[in-house]
Amino acid sequence: MTGSAARGLPPWRWLGVPMLQVMAVTFVFALPLRFWGLSLPEPLFAMPVVFAWAVIRPAMLAPPAALLLGLFLDMLWGTPAGFWAVCLLLPYGLVLGGRGMLAGQSQLIMWAWYAAATGMALGSGYLITMLETQVAPDPISVGWQFLATVILYPFAHRLIDRFEDADVRFR
Amino acid sequence: MPLRDNPLGELKVPLTWTAGIAFIVVLIVAVAALLSDRREAFDTDEYGNPRTLSDRVLAPVGEIASAPGRLTGQGVEGVRGYFFAVSENRRLREELEKARRWQEIAVSLQDTNERYRAILGLKTDPPIPMASARVVTDSRGPFAQSRLANAGTERGIKPGNPVMSENGLIGRVVGAGQGVSRVLLLTDPASRTPVMIDRTNSRAILTGDGGPNPRLEYLRGSAAVREGDVILTSGDGGLLPRGLPVGVAVRGLDGRWRVALAADKAPVDYVRILLFEDFTQLARTQNLTPSGAPPPTPGAETLPPPPRLVAPPPKAATPAPKAGASAPAAPPASNGATPPAKAAPSPGGGR
Repeated sequence: MTGSAARGLPPWRWLGVPMLQVMAVTFVFALPLRFWGLSLPEPLFAMPVVFAWAVIRPAMLAPPAALLLGLFLDMLWGTPAGFWAVCLLLPYGLVLGGRGMLAGQSQLIMWAWYAAATGMALGSGYLITMLETQVAPDPISVGWQFLATVILYPFAHRLIDRFEDADVRFR
Repeated sequence: MPLRDNPLGELKVPLTWTAGIAFIVVLIVAVAALLSDRREAFDTDEYGNPRTLSDRVLAPVGEIASAPGRLTGQGVEGVRGYFFAVSENRRLREELEKARRWQEIAVSLQDTNERYRAILGLKTDPPIPMASARVVTDSRGPFAQSRLANAGTERGIKPGNPVMSENGLIGRVVGAGQGVSRVLLLTDPASRTPVMIDRTNSRAILTGDGGPNPRLEYLRGSAAVREGDVILTSGDGGLLPRGLPVGVAVRGLDGRWRVALAADKAPVDYVRILLFEDFTQLARTQNLTPSGAPPPTPGAETLPPPPRLVAPPPKAATPAPKAGASAPAAPPASNGATPPAKAAPSPGGGR
């Protein structure tokens, strides 16, 4: 084993770098670009990262990182401050609480869990919007965002694969 | 440094518990932030300094980041224009022919309109100044739909200003800073816009829900609207001017009346922000265009003269006429005590 592998995994590698990548990709998708007359979809890129953080290991820094991601989305997309932070933290808590059940599951089952977590995030967004604006958001639009987010699970899987067993202190 | 040499390497922290506590604390912070923010507020102070600051950072970055896409699009359009120049020229000639016919009709209608206005003593809307801007970011999710435009307070833009594309209304400004303004789209769930159906003059509230076609709420009457009716802003409440094109009425899949937005006819890259505030700017009479009665057209039929009102017995000082008194005013008395015929509008009405 090399010396670098024996060291603990620094938080910036599994929390900081993915967070910055999500911010950058989300920003690019918020640009008014069109291809063949169609605008880009708006998936919740933060979801795979938050899901992977909860699966990789419990950490004190992960919830503040999810809060920062949520606040960034609020500033970029124009939702009320705290909206996406709550929507991301609730599934994070759910997955963190169910880590024991997720251990050793196949990729398909993990994808189903990810879909459930995404459903919880968008479901809480639906309820918060209803409470705030007294209007039920269009379910078709919510469905499209759900589908666009669910297909991003391979990114979460890659993060989990890379970092779940990367810190010797947690083996 | 090997793990064993690290003094914290042997530290056993109940990680799950500390992570759980961190999660709860952060969740409380997020909920508190959510409860203290309201996006429907149109006051700059309510919009918040952090949000204004982030918009000021995001706008120039978005402008730079979207430049390659914009330039590529312009290049593609240029190539397409080169190859389809002949058919485009033919189409434009046909459009020009139609437009010339419409121009003749418009001149005639303008003449008639000015006469009616002069006869009825109607107060006309002042010309509304506007600022052009480019869209630099665009959020299209189901819970928020807004855009950042690269013009702000330096151009006189304020929260509440209506925003249009070349085809119709797209929303209104909810936050403005130096060089940037955030536009809340008509489709945002927090958006409410007073509109009217052009054919029946019925009123409704256009309510966004995150979908492409906002709803028509609070419609009265069973036949107030039908498929294809043109929807315009009603101007009720004084937030928006009257008569801006919004779209056409369509029946949604859920059976509700919805509006196919006129602005969706073409991509919205550039917007016009109307520097409209409220009815109080109507009081600036120097902004009103002079609309004296034009001379009658020789040989044309003329309307009968307006009925003369019986003037009350003269008093020492005639009170100022009230707004909304649209009947033609009696000729001013020769003593000069009568105020000018143009009345100051009452707040929230007098249109």
